[in-house]
Amino acid sequence: MLTLTHFLVLAAILFAISVLGIFLNRKNIIVLLMSIELMLLAVNCNFIAFSHYLSDTAGQIFVFFILTVAAAESAIGLAILVVLFRNLRTINVEDLGSLKG
Amino acid sequence: MNWATLNLMPALPELFLLSAVLVLLVIDMLLDDERRGVLYGLSLATLAGCAAMQYLAWTPVPVETFQKMFVADPLSGVIKFFLYGVTAAVLIYTRQYVADRQMFKGEYFTLTLFALLGMNVMVSASHFMTLYIGLELLSLALYALIALRRDSVPATEAAMKYFVLGALASGLLLYGMSMVYGATGSLDIATIARVIASGNGNTVLLVFGLVFLVAGLCFKLGAVPFHMWVPDVYQGAPTAITLMIGSAPKLAAFVFLTRILGQGMEALLSQWQGMLMIVAVLSMALGNLTAIVQTNIKRMLAYSTISHMGFLLVGFLTGNAEGMSSAMYYAIIYVLMSLAAFGVLLALSRAGFECEKVADLKGLNQRNSWYAFLMLLAMFSMAGIPPLAGFYAKFAVIRAAANAGMVPLAVFAVLMSLIGAFYYLRVVKAMYFDDAEEDAAIEVRADMRLVLSLNGLALLALGVLPQQLVALCMTAVKQSLTSL
Repeated sequence: MLTLTHFLVLAAILFAISVLGIFLNRKNIIVLLMSIELMLLAVNCNFIAFSHYLSDTAGQIFVFFILTVAAAESAIGLAILVVLFRNLRTINVEDLGSLKG
Repeated sequence: MNWATLNLMPALPELFLLSAVLVLLVIDMLLDDERRGVLYGLSLATLAGCAAMQYLAWTPVPVETFQKMFVADPLSGVIKFFLYGVTAAVLIYTRQYVADRQMFKGEYFTLTLFALLGMNVMVSASHFMTLYIGLELLSLALYALIALRRDSVPATEAAMKYFVLGALASGLLLYGMSMVYGATGSLDIATIARVIASGNGNTVLLVFGLVFLVAGLCFKLGAVPFHMWVPDVYQGAPTAITLMIGSAPKLAAFVFLTRILGQGMEALLSQWQGMLMIVAVLSMALGNLTAIVQTNIKRMLAYSTISHMGFLLVGFLTGNAEGMSSAMYYAIIYVLMSLAAFGVLLALSRAGFECEKVADLKGLNQRNSWYAFLMLLAMFSMAGIPPLAGFYAKFAVIRAAANAGMVPLAVFAVLMSLIGAFYYLRVVKAMYFDDAEEDAAIEVRADMRLVLSLNGLALLALGVLPQQLVALCMTAVKQSLTSL
Protein backbone atom coordinates (compact mmCIF):
# COMPACT_ATOMS: atom_id res chain seq x y z
CA MET A 1 0.00 0.00 0.00
CA LEU A 2 1.39 3.37 -1.01
CA THR A 3 1.07 6.09 1.59
CA LEU A 4 1.55 9.86 1.43
CA THR A 5 5.04 9.43 2.89
CA HIS A 6 6.16 7.38 -0.12
CA PHE A 7 5.21 10.19 -2.48
CA LEU A 8 6.80 12.84 -0.30
CA VAL A 9 10.05 10.89 -0.11
CA LEU A 10 10.05 10.38 -3.89
CA ALA A 11 9.47 14.11 -4.41
CA ALA A 12 12.20 14.97 -1.89
CA ILE A 13 14.67 12.68 -3.69
CA LEU A 14 13.81 14.22 -7.07
CA PHE A 15 14.16 17.70 -5.58
CA ALA A 16 17.54 16.86 -4.04
CA ILE A 17 18.79 15.44 -7.35
CA SER A 18 17.76 18.61 -9.16
CA VAL A 19 19.41 20.94 -6.62
CA LEU A 20 22.60 18.88 -6.75
CA GLY A 21 22.35 18.97 -10.53
CA ILE A 22 22.39 22.76 -10.46
CA PHE A 23 25.27 23.10 -7.99
CA LEU A 24 27.53 20.21 -8.97
CA ASN A 25 27.15 20.53 -12.71
CA ARG A 26 30.26 22.11 -14.22
CA LYS A 27 29.82 20.99 -17.79
CA ASN A 28 26.74 21.96 -19.67
CA ILE A 29 24.06 24.62 -19.36
CA ILE A 30 21.44 22.33 -20.89
CA VAL A 31 21.86 20.06 -17.87
CA LEU A 32 21.02 23.09 -15.71
CA LEU A 33 17.80 23.61 -17.63
CA MET A 34 16.95 19.93 -17.21
CA SER A 35 17.59 20.18 -13.46
CA ILE A 36 15.23 23.15 -13.24
CA GLU A 37 12.51 21.17 -15.01
CA LEU A 38 13.07 18.23 -12.68
CA MET A 39 12.75 20.54 -9.68
CA LEU A 40 9.38 21.82 -10.82
CA LEU A 41 8.22 18.25 -11.48
CA ALA A 42 9.24 17.24 -7.94
CA VAL A 43 7.11 20.10 -6.63
CA ASN A 44 4.21 18.98 -8.83
CA CYS A 45 4.53 15.48 -7.43
CA ASN A 46 4.23 16.94 -3.92
CA PHE A 47 1.17 18.98 -4.81
CA ILE A 48 -0.63 16.05 -6.47
CA ALA A 49 0.10 13.74 -3.53
CA PHE A 50 -1.15 16.27 -0.97
CA SER A 51 -4.12 17.14 -3.12
CA HIS A 52 -5.12 13.45 -3.34
CA TYR A 53 -4.71 12.72 0.35
CA LEU A 54 -6.43 15.95 1.42
CA SER A 55 -9.23 15.40 -1.15
CA ASP A 56 -8.82 19.01 -2.24
CA THR A 57 -8.56 19.95 -5.93
CA ALA A 58 -6.77 23.30 -5.46
CA GLY A 59 -3.39 21.56 -5.45
CA GLN A 60 -4.03 19.88 -8.79
CA ILE A 61 -5.10 23.15 -10.37
CA PHE A 62 -1.91 24.78 -9.08
CA VAL A 63 0.01 22.01 -10.90
CA PHE A 64 -1.56 23.05 -14.22
CA PHE A 65 -0.33 26.58 -13.65
CA ILE A 66 3.15 25.39 -12.68
CA LEU A 67 3.34 23.24 -15.83
CA THR A 68 2.32 26.18 -18.02
CA VAL A 69 4.79 28.54 -16.40
CA ALA A 70 7.52 25.88 -16.62
CA ALA A 71 6.94 25.67 -20.38
CA ALA A 72 7.25 29.44 -20.72
CA GLU A 73 10.30 29.42 -18.49
CA SER A 74 12.16 26.79 -20.50
CA ALA A 75 11.29 28.66 -23.70
CA ILE A 76 12.96 31.80 -22.32
CA GLY A 77 15.84 29.75 -20.91
CA LEU A 78 16.54 28.11 -24.26
CA ALA A 79 16.26 31.46 -26.03
CA ILE A 80 18.86 32.96 -23.69
CA LEU A 81 21.00 29.86 -24.24
CA VAL A 82 20.90 30.36 -28.03
CA VAL A 83 21.90 34.02 -27.69
CA LEU A 84 24.68 33.06 -25.29
CA PHE A 85 25.97 30.40 -27.66
CA ARG A 86 26.06 32.87 -30.53
CA ASN A 87 28.19 35.22 -28.43
CA LEU A 88 30.49 32.74 -26.71
CA ARG A 89 30.50 29.75 -29.10
CA THR A 90 30.26 27.46 -26.05
CA ILE A 91 27.69 26.38 -23.49
CA ASN A 92 30.19 25.17 -20.92
CA VAL A 93 29.32 26.43 -17.43
CA GLU A 94 32.96 27.11 -16.60
CA ASP A 95 33.33 29.50 -19.52
CA LEU A 96 30.83 31.91 -17.95
CA GLY A 97 33.51 33.91 -16.21
CA SER A 98 33.45 37.44 -17.57
CA LEU A 99 31.63 38.80 -14.50
CA LYS A 100 33.90 38.70 -11.48
CA GLY A 101 34.95 41.00 -8.70
CA MET B 1 -19.06 30.39 -10.56
CA ASN B 2 -21.33 33.34 -10.74
CA TRP B 3 -20.13 35.94 -13.22
CA ALA B 4 -22.83 38.41 -12.28
CA THR B 5 -21.41 38.92 -8.80
CA LEU B 6 -17.78 39.08 -9.90
CA ASN B 7 -16.41 42.38 -8.66
CA LEU B 8 -13.81 43.66 -11.12
CA MET B 9 -13.35 47.02 -9.43
CA PRO B 10 -10.40 46.02 -7.18
CA ALA B 11 -8.49 44.73 -10.21
CA LEU B 12 -9.32 47.72 -12.42
CA PRO B 13 -5.71 49.03 -12.72
CA GLU B 14 -4.38 45.57 -13.65
CA LEU B 15 -7.10 45.00 -16.25
CA PHE B 16 -6.41 48.41 -17.75
CA LEU B 17 -2.66 47.77 -17.79
CA LEU B 18 -3.08 44.36 -19.44
CA SER B 19 -5.35 45.74 -22.18
CA ALA B 20 -3.06 48.69 -22.74
CA VAL B 21 0.03 46.48 -23.12
CA LEU B 22 -1.79 44.29 -25.65
CA VAL B 23 -2.78 47.39 -27.62
CA LEU B 24 0.84 48.63 -27.47
CA LEU B 25 2.02 45.30 -28.89
CA VAL B 26 -0.26 45.77 -31.91
CA ILE B 27 0.67 49.44 -32.37
CA ASP B 28 4.34 48.47 -32.29
CA MET B 29 3.83 46.30 -35.39
CA LEU B 30 2.45 49.25 -37.33
CA LEU B 31 5.30 51.63 -36.49
CA ASP B 32 8.55 51.99 -38.37
CA ASP B 33 11.80 52.70 -36.57
CA GLU B 34 11.69 56.49 -36.91
CA ARG B 35 8.34 56.72 -35.18
CA ARG B 36 9.14 54.38 -32.31
CA GLY B 37 9.05 57.38 -29.97
CA VAL B 38 5.25 57.13 -30.10
CA LEU B 39 5.52 54.00 -27.95
CA TYR B 40 7.47 55.91 -25.35
CA GLY B 41 4.69 58.46 -25.07
CA LEU B 42 2.00 55.80 -25.05
CA SER B 43 3.79 53.83 -22.31
CA LEU B 44 3.95 56.92 -20.12
CA ALA B 45 0.28 57.59 -20.88
CA THR B 46 -0.53 54.00 -19.86
CA LEU B 47 1.21 54.52 -16.53
CA ALA B 48 -0.71 57.75 -15.97
CA GLY B 49 -3.92 55.86 -16.81
CA CYS B 50 -3.00 53.13 -14.32
CA ALA B 51 -2.48 55.70 -11.60
CA ALA B 52 -5.89 57.23 -12.39
CA MET B 53 -7.54 53.78 -12.26
CA GLN B 54 -5.73 53.11 -9.00
CA TYR B 55 -7.20 56.31 -7.61
CA LEU B 56 -10.70 55.18 -8.66
CA ALA B 57 -10.15 51.71 -7.18
CA TRP B 58 -8.73 53.02 -3.90
CA THR B 59 -10.22 51.35 -0.84
CA PRO B 60 -9.50 52.09 2.83
CA VAL B 61 -10.34 48.50 3.83
CA PRO B 62 -9.23 45.22 2.16
CA VAL B 63 -11.61 44.08 -0.63
CA GLU B 64 -11.22 40.61 -2.10
CA THR B 65 -12.25 39.42 -5.53
CA PHE B 66 -11.72 36.45 -7.91
CA GLN B 67 -12.63 33.87 -5.23
CA LYS B 68 -10.38 35.55 -2.65
CA MET B 69 -7.35 35.18 -4.93
CA PHE B 70 -6.87 38.89 -5.39
CA VAL B 71 -7.07 41.58 -2.77
CA ALA B 72 -7.03 45.37 -2.96
CA ASP B 73 -6.01 46.96 0.31
CA PRO B 74 -4.19 50.16 1.35
CA LEU B 75 -0.83 48.35 1.42
CA SER B 76 -1.16 47.26 -2.22
CA GLY B 77 -2.67 50.62 -3.17
CA VAL B 78 0.19 52.71 -1.78
CA ILE B 79 2.86 50.40 -3.19
CA LYS B 80 1.19 50.37 -6.61
CA PHE B 81 1.19 54.17 -6.82
CA PHE B 82 4.93 54.06 -6.19
CA LEU B 83 5.35 51.25 -8.73
CA TYR B 84 3.74 53.39 -11.47
CA GLY B 85 5.85 56.39 -10.54
CA VAL B 86 9.06 54.39 -10.41
CA THR B 87 8.37 52.65 -13.73
CA ALA B 88 7.62 56.01 -15.36
CA ALA B 89 10.91 57.38 -14.00
CA VAL B 90 12.74 54.28 -15.29
CA LEU B 91 11.31 54.81 -18.80
CA ILE B 92 12.20 58.51 -18.74
CA TYR B 93 15.77 57.94 -17.47
CA THR B 94 16.50 55.17 -19.95
CA ARG B 95 15.00 56.81 -23.07
CA GLN B 96 18.29 58.10 -24.47
CA TYR B 97 20.40 55.19 -23.20
CA VAL B 98 18.33 52.51 -24.95
CA ALA B 99 18.08 54.59 -28.13
CA ASP B 100 21.90 54.82 -28.27
CA ARG B 101 22.29 51.05 -27.96
CA GLN B 102 19.83 49.61 -30.49
CA MET B 103 17.46 48.60 -27.66
CA PHE B 104 14.79 51.18 -28.49
CA LYS B 105 12.29 48.62 -29.71
CA GLY B 106 8.72 47.71 -28.90
CA GLU B 107 9.89 44.78 -26.77
CA TYR B 108 11.60 47.11 -24.32
CA PHE B 109 8.35 48.89 -23.50
CA THR B 110 6.04 45.89 -23.54
CA LEU B 111 8.38 43.78 -21.40
CA THR B 112 8.79 46.61 -18.89
CA LEU B 113 5.03 47.00 -18.66
CA PHE B 114 4.53 43.22 -18.38
CA ALA B 115 7.04 43.23 -15.52
CA LEU B 116 4.97 45.99 -13.92
CA LEU B 117 1.82 43.90 -14.38
CA GLY B 118 3.56 40.97 -12.71
CA MET B 119 4.56 43.19 -9.78
CA ASN B 120 0.98 44.48 -9.50
CA VAL B 121 -0.38 40.94 -9.34
CA MET B 122 2.25 39.98 -6.74
CA VAL B 123 1.40 42.98 -4.62
CA SER B 124 -2.32 42.23 -4.68
CA ALA B 125 -2.14 38.44 -4.34
CA SER B 126 -3.90 36.78 -1.45
CA HIS B 127 -3.42 33.20 -2.67
CA PHE B 128 -0.25 31.22 -3.36
CA MET B 129 -1.28 30.72 -6.98
CA THR B 130 -1.60 34.44 -7.75
CA LEU B 131 1.64 35.13 -5.85
CA TYR B 132 3.43 32.59 -8.03
CA ILE B 133 1.90 33.78 -11.31
CA GLY B 134 2.76 37.40 -10.52
CA LEU B 135 6.30 36.51 -9.52
CA GLU B 136 6.90 34.51 -12.71
CA LEU B 137 5.40 37.20 -14.93
CA LEU B 138 7.87 39.65 -13.38
CA SER B 139 10.85 37.28 -13.52
CA LEU B 140 10.30 36.07 -17.10
CA ALA B 141 9.99 39.67 -18.31
CA LEU B 142 13.21 40.61 -16.50
CA TYR B 143 15.20 37.66 -17.91
CA ALA B 144 14.20 38.72 -21.41
CA LEU B 145 14.95 42.40 -20.72
CA ILE B 146 18.52 41.60 -19.63
CA ALA B 147 19.13 39.58 -22.78
CA LEU B 148 17.65 42.36 -24.94
CA ARG B 149 21.15 43.43 -25.93
CA ARG B 150 21.79 40.26 -27.87
CA ASP B 151 25.33 41.02 -29.01
CA SER B 152 26.71 41.84 -25.57
CA VAL B 153 28.59 38.99 -23.84
CA PRO B 154 28.20 40.29 -20.27
CA ALA B 155 24.48 40.96 -20.76
CA THR B 156 23.67 37.48 -22.08
CA GLU B 157 25.84 35.90 -19.42
CA ALA B 158 24.07 37.91 -16.71
CA ALA B 159 20.71 36.86 -18.19
CA MET B 160 21.72 33.19 -18.00
CA LYS B 161 22.91 33.47 -14.41
CA TYR B 162 19.80 35.36 -13.36
CA PHE B 163 17.62 32.84 -15.15
CA VAL B 164 19.18 29.76 -13.52
CA LEU B 165 19.25 31.21 -10.01
CA GLY B 166 15.82 32.81 -10.39
CA ALA B 167 14.35 29.49 -11.48
CA LEU B 168 16.07 27.79 -8.54
CA ALA B 169 14.52 30.37 -6.20
CA SER B 170 11.07 29.77 -7.71
CA GLY B 171 11.59 26.04 -7.23
CA LEU B 172 12.50 26.51 -3.55
CA LEU B 173 9.49 28.78 -3.03
CA LEU B 174 7.15 26.31 -4.69
CA TYR B 175 8.53 23.43 -2.66
CA GLY B 176 7.89 25.45 0.50
CA MET B 177 4.39 26.31 -0.71
CA SER B 178 3.63 22.64 -1.35
CA MET B 179 4.68 21.76 2.20
CA VAL B 180 2.53 24.53 3.67
CA TYR B 181 -0.34 23.33 1.49
CA GLY B 182 0.11 19.81 2.82
CA ALA B 183 0.24 21.02 6.42
CA THR B 184 -2.75 23.35 6.29
CA GLY B 185 -4.83 21.98 3.39
CA SER B 186 -5.20 25.37 1.78
CA LEU B 187 -3.46 27.72 -0.65
CA ASP B 188 -5.37 30.77 0.49
CA ILE B 189 -3.21 33.00 2.69
CA ALA B 190 -5.99 34.00 5.11
CA THR B 191 -7.06 30.37 5.58
CA ILE B 192 -3.45 29.28 6.08
CA ALA B 193 -3.04 31.94 8.78
CA ARG B 194 -6.24 30.75 10.47
CA VAL B 195 -5.25 27.06 10.42
CA ILE B 196 -1.76 27.79 11.78
CA ALA B 197 -3.14 30.03 14.52
CA SER B 198 -5.66 27.37 15.57
CA GLY B 199 -2.81 24.89 15.98
CA ASN B 200 -4.36 22.33 13.60
CA GLY B 201 -1.52 22.35 11.09
CA ASN B 202 1.16 19.67 10.97
CA THR B 203 4.06 21.47 12.69
CA VAL B 204 6.90 19.42 11.17
CA LEU B 205 5.66 20.00 7.61
CA LEU B 206 5.04 23.67 8.37
CA VAL B 207 8.51 24.38 9.69
CA PHE B 208 10.06 22.38 6.86
CA GLY B 209 8.03 24.41 4.36
CA LEU B 210 8.89 27.64 6.14
CA VAL B 211 12.63 27.04 5.69
CA PHE B 212 12.18 26.66 1.94
CA LEU B 213 9.90 29.70 1.75
CA VAL B 214 12.43 31.87 3.59
CA ALA B 215 15.24 30.60 1.35
CA GLY B 216 13.22 31.38 -1.79
CA LEU B 217 12.24 34.83 -0.50
CA CYS B 218 15.85 35.67 0.40
CA PHE B 219 16.89 34.66 -3.12
CA LYS B 220 14.35 37.06 -4.59
CA LEU B 221 15.36 39.87 -2.22
CA GLY B 222 19.04 39.18 -2.85
CA ALA B 223 19.98 38.67 0.82
CA VAL B 224 23.03 36.68 1.99
CA PRO B 225 23.55 33.65 1.71
CA PHE B 226 21.41 33.71 -1.47
CA HIS B 227 22.91 36.85 -2.97
CA MET B 228 25.33 35.38 -5.58
CA TRP B 229 23.32 36.58 -8.55
CA VAL B 230 22.99 40.23 -7.48
CA PRO B 231 26.50 41.58 -8.27
CA ASP B 232 26.82 39.65 -11.54
CA VAL B 233 23.41 40.70 -12.80
CA TYR B 234 23.83 44.35 -11.76
CA GLN B 235 27.22 44.51 -13.46
CA GLY B 236 26.42 42.50 -16.58
CA ALA B 237 23.02 43.93 -17.46
CA PRO B 238 22.87 47.18 -19.48
CA THR B 239 22.61 50.05 -16.94
CA ALA B 240 19.04 50.80 -18.08
CA ILE B 241 17.96 47.27 -17.17
CA THR B 242 19.97 47.33 -13.93
CA LEU B 243 17.93 50.39 -13.00
CA MET B 244 14.73 48.44 -13.70
CA ILE B 245 15.86 45.36 -11.71
CA GLY B 246 17.19 47.39 -8.80
CA SER B 247 14.18 49.62 -8.29
CA ALA B 248 10.51 48.63 -8.57
CA PRO B 249 10.91 44.83 -7.98
CA LYS B 250 12.33 45.55 -4.51
CA LEU B 251 9.01 47.15 -3.54
CA ALA B 252 7.12 44.14 -4.89
CA ALA B 253 9.50 41.78 -3.08
CA PHE B 254 8.82 43.60 0.19
CA VAL B 255 5.06 43.08 -0.19
CA PHE B 256 5.67 39.46 -1.25
CA LEU B 257 7.56 38.95 2.00
CA THR B 258 4.79 40.65 3.96
CA ARG B 259 2.06 38.55 2.38
CA ILE B 260 3.76 35.21 2.99
CA LEU B 261 5.51 35.72 6.33
CA GLY B 262 3.60 38.66 7.83
CA GLN B 263 0.11 37.52 6.87
CA GLY B 264 0.21 33.79 6.20
CA MET B 265 2.86 32.69 8.69
CA GLU B 266 2.26 35.32 11.34
CA ALA B 267 1.69 32.67 14.03
CA LEU B 268 5.15 31.22 13.30
CA LEU B 269 6.86 34.54 14.02
CA SER B 270 9.20 33.00 16.59
CA GLN B 271 10.42 30.54 13.93
CA TRP B 272 11.12 32.89 11.02
CA GLN B 273 12.35 35.74 13.20
CA GLY B 274 15.54 33.83 14.01
CA MET B 275 16.14 32.84 10.38
CA LEU B 276 15.66 36.39 9.13
CA MET B 277 17.92 37.74 11.88
CA ILE B 278 20.82 35.59 10.64
CA VAL B 279 20.09 36.63 7.06
CA ALA B 280 19.92 40.32 8.03
CA VAL B 281 23.19 40.25 9.98
CA LEU B 282 25.04 38.40 7.20
CA SER B 283 23.61 40.69 4.50
CA MET B 284 24.62 43.89 6.29
CA ALA B 285 28.11 42.57 7.05
CA LEU B 286 28.95 40.99 3.70
CA GLY B 287 27.23 43.69 1.62
CA ASN B 288 29.03 46.58 3.31
CA LEU B 289 32.44 44.93 3.62
CA THR B 290 32.59 43.63 0.05
CA ALA B 291 31.36 46.91 -1.43
CA ILE B 292 34.49 48.64 -0.08
CA VAL B 293 36.84 46.85 -2.48
CA GLN B 294 34.75 47.31 -5.64
CA THR B 295 35.99 49.55 -8.44
CA ASN B 296 32.99 49.02 -10.70
CA ILE B 297 30.27 51.33 -9.42
CA LYS B 298 27.43 49.08 -10.62
CA ARG B 299 28.93 46.18 -8.69
CA MET B 300 29.44 48.43 -5.68
CA LEU B 301 25.79 49.48 -5.79
CA ALA B 302 24.86 45.79 -6.04
CA TYR B 303 26.65 45.02 -2.77
CA SER B 304 25.11 48.13 -1.28
CA THR B 305 21.70 46.73 -2.31
CA ILE B 306 22.49 43.52 -0.43
CA SER B 307 23.25 45.52 2.71
CA HIS B 308 20.10 47.64 2.26
CA MET B 309 18.03 44.46 2.08
CA GLY B 310 19.65 43.48 5.40
CA PHE B 311 18.47 46.78 6.93
CA LEU B 312 14.98 46.26 5.52
CA LEU B 313 14.87 42.83 7.15
CA VAL B 314 15.95 44.33 10.50
CA GLY B 315 12.71 46.28 10.53
CA PHE B 316 10.61 43.51 9.07
CA LEU B 317 11.67 40.75 11.45
CA THR B 318 10.27 42.54 14.49
CA GLY B 319 6.90 41.36 13.16
CA ASN B 320 4.98 44.29 14.66
CA ALA B 321 3.24 47.22 12.98
CA GLU B 322 6.07 49.64 13.77
CA GLY B 323 8.73 47.35 12.29
CA MET B 324 6.73 46.42 9.18
CA SER B 325 5.85 50.03 8.40
CA SER B 326 9.45 51.14 8.91
CA ALA B 327 10.55 48.35 6.52
CA MET B 328 7.98 49.59 3.99
CA TYR B 329 9.29 53.13 4.38
CA TYR B 330 12.82 51.80 3.94
CA ALA B 331 11.86 49.97 0.75
CA ILE B 332 10.30 53.12 -0.75
CA ILE B 333 13.28 55.32 0.18
CA TYR B 334 15.74 52.69 -1.06
CA VAL B 335 14.01 52.66 -4.45
CA LEU B 336 14.16 56.47 -4.70
CA MET B 337 17.87 56.41 -3.81
CA SER B 338 18.80 53.76 -6.36
CA LEU B 339 16.73 55.57 -9.02
CA ALA B 340 18.74 58.73 -8.38
CA ALA B 341 22.13 56.97 -8.32
CA PHE B 342 21.57 54.90 -11.47
CA GLY B 343 19.85 57.89 -13.07
CA VAL B 344 23.07 59.92 -12.80
CA LEU B 345 25.08 56.99 -14.22
CA LEU B 346 22.66 56.88 -17.16
CA ALA B 347 22.96 60.63 -17.64
CA LEU B 348 26.77 60.31 -17.82
CA SER B 349 26.69 57.40 -20.27
CA ARG B 350 26.46 58.19 -23.95
CA ALA B 351 26.69 56.36 -27.26
CA GLY B 352 29.89 54.29 -27.13
CA PHE B 353 30.66 55.09 -23.48
CA GLU B 354 29.39 53.31 -20.38
CA CYS B 355 29.78 55.08 -17.06
CA GLU B 356 30.60 52.01 -14.95
CA LYS B 357 33.74 52.70 -12.93
CA VAL B 358 34.03 54.84 -9.83
CA ALA B 359 36.89 56.52 -11.73
CA ASP B 360 34.43 57.59 -14.46
CA LEU B 361 32.91 59.99 -11.94
CA LYS B 362 36.19 61.79 -11.28
CA GLY B 363 35.88 65.54 -11.30
CA LEU B 364 32.17 65.44 -12.04
CA ASN B 365 31.77 68.62 -10.01
CA GLN B 366 33.93 70.52 -12.52
CA ARG B 367 32.11 69.04 -15.50
CA ASN B 368 28.59 69.56 -14.21
CA SER B 369 28.02 70.58 -10.63
CA TRP B 370 24.27 69.86 -10.64
CA TYR B 371 24.64 66.14 -11.48
CA ALA B 372 27.48 65.91 -8.97
CA PHE B 373 25.14 67.39 -6.38
CA LEU B 374 22.35 64.92 -7.24
CA MET B 375 24.78 62.00 -6.96
CA LEU B 376 26.01 63.48 -3.68
CA LEU B 377 22.42 63.48 -2.37
CA ALA B 378 21.95 59.85 -3.44
CA MET B 379 25.26 58.73 -1.89
CA PHE B 380 24.77 60.63 1.39
CA SER B 381 21.24 59.29 1.60
CA MET B 382 22.41 55.70 1.07
CA ALA B 383 25.10 56.23 3.70
CA GLY B 384 22.41 57.46 6.09
CA ILE B 385 23.70 60.97 6.68
CA PRO B 386 21.14 63.44 8.07
CA PRO B 387 19.12 65.33 6.93
CA LEU B 388 18.57 63.00 3.94
CA ALA B 389 15.78 60.45 3.63
CA GLY B 390 18.12 57.47 3.98
CA PHE B 391 19.03 58.63 7.48
CA TYR B 392 15.46 58.62 8.68
CA ALA B 393 14.77 55.24 7.00
CA LYS B 394 17.76 53.65 8.79
CA PHE B 395 16.81 55.36 12.03
CA ALA B 396 13.23 54.02 11.80
CA VAL B 397 14.20 50.36 11.26
CA ILE B 398 16.89 50.48 13.95
CA ARG B 399 14.49 52.12 16.41
CA ALA B 400 11.86 49.45 15.64
CA ALA B 401 14.41 46.70 16.37
CA ALA B 402 15.51 48.38 19.61
CA ASN B 403 11.89 48.87 20.73
CA ALA B 404 11.23 45.18 20.08
CA GLY B 405 14.01 44.33 22.52
CA MET B 406 16.66 43.42 19.92
CA VAL B 407 19.30 45.85 21.11
CA PRO B 408 22.37 43.85 19.93
CA LEU B 409 20.90 43.68 16.42
CA ALA B 410 20.23 47.43 16.49
CA VAL B 411 23.81 48.15 17.62
CA PHE B 412 25.19 45.89 14.90
CA ALA B 413 23.09 47.71 12.29
CA VAL B 414 24.46 51.08 13.45
CA LEU B 415 28.04 49.79 13.23
CA MET B 416 27.44 48.44 9.75
CA SER B 417 25.96 51.70 8.51
CA LEU B 418 29.13 53.43 9.74
CA ILE B 419 31.33 51.02 7.77
CA GLY B 420 29.04 51.46 4.77
CA ALA B 421 29.53 55.23 4.80
CA PHE B 422 33.15 54.70 3.71
CA TYR B 423 32.53 53.52 0.17
CA TYR B 424 29.76 56.03 -0.49
CA LEU B 425 32.12 58.81 0.57
CA ARG B 426 34.75 57.43 -1.82
CA VAL B 427 32.38 58.20 -4.69
CA VAL B 428 31.83 61.70 -3.32
CA LYS B 429 35.60 62.19 -3.05
CA ALA B 430 36.06 61.14 -6.69
CA MET B 431 33.40 63.63 -7.79
CA TYR B 432 34.54 66.64 -5.78
CA PHE B 433 38.26 66.30 -5.04
CA ASP B 434 39.73 64.46 -8.04
CA ASP B 435 40.51 66.05 -11.37
CA ALA B 436 38.35 65.23 -14.35
CA GLU B 437 39.91 62.77 -16.78
CA GLU B 438 37.58 63.62 -19.61
CA ASP B 439 35.61 66.64 -20.63
CA ALA B 440 32.88 65.31 -22.91
CA ALA B 441 29.72 67.40 -22.64
CA ILE B 442 26.90 65.89 -20.61
CA GLU B 443 23.79 66.03 -22.75
CA VAL B 444 20.55 65.00 -21.12
CA ARG B 445 16.99 65.20 -22.42
CA ALA B 446 14.88 67.88 -20.75
CA ASP B 447 12.29 65.46 -19.32
CA MET B 448 14.99 63.34 -17.70
CA ARG B 449 16.73 66.42 -16.31
CA LEU B 450 13.49 67.52 -14.67
CA VAL B 451 12.52 64.12 -13.21
CA LEU B 452 16.06 63.35 -12.03
CA SER B 453 16.27 66.72 -10.26
CA LEU B 454 12.88 66.15 -8.60
CA ASN B 455 14.04 62.64 -7.62
CA GLY B 456 17.18 64.00 -5.94
CA LEU B 457 15.32 66.81 -4.22
CA ALA B 458 12.67 64.32 -3.01
CA LEU B 459 15.45 62.59 -1.05
CA LEU B 460 16.17 65.88 0.67
CA ALA B 461 12.50 66.75 1.20
CA LEU B 462 11.57 63.33 2.59
CA GLY B 463 14.56 63.52 4.91
CA VAL B 464 13.51 66.88 6.34
CA LEU B 465 9.79 66.08 6.45
CA PRO B 466 9.40 62.31 6.75
CA GLN B 467 6.22 62.35 8.87
CA GLN B 468 3.63 62.20 6.10
CA LEU B 469 5.11 59.21 4.30
CA VAL B 470 5.80 57.45 7.60
CA ALA B 471 2.19 57.97 8.68
CA LEU B 472 0.99 56.72 5.28
CA CYS B 473 3.08 53.53 5.62
CA MET B 474 1.79 53.01 9.15
CA THR B 475 -1.86 53.35 8.11
CA ALA B 476 -1.35 51.09 5.09
CA VAL B 477 0.27 48.35 7.17
CA LYS B 478 -2.27 48.60 9.99
CA GLN B 479 -5.28 48.61 7.68
CA SER B 480 -4.02 45.71 5.57
CA LEU B 481 -2.53 43.39 8.19
CA THR B 482 -5.53 43.36 10.46
CA SER B 483 -3.92 40.95 12.93
CA LEU B 484 -1.27 43.50 13.96
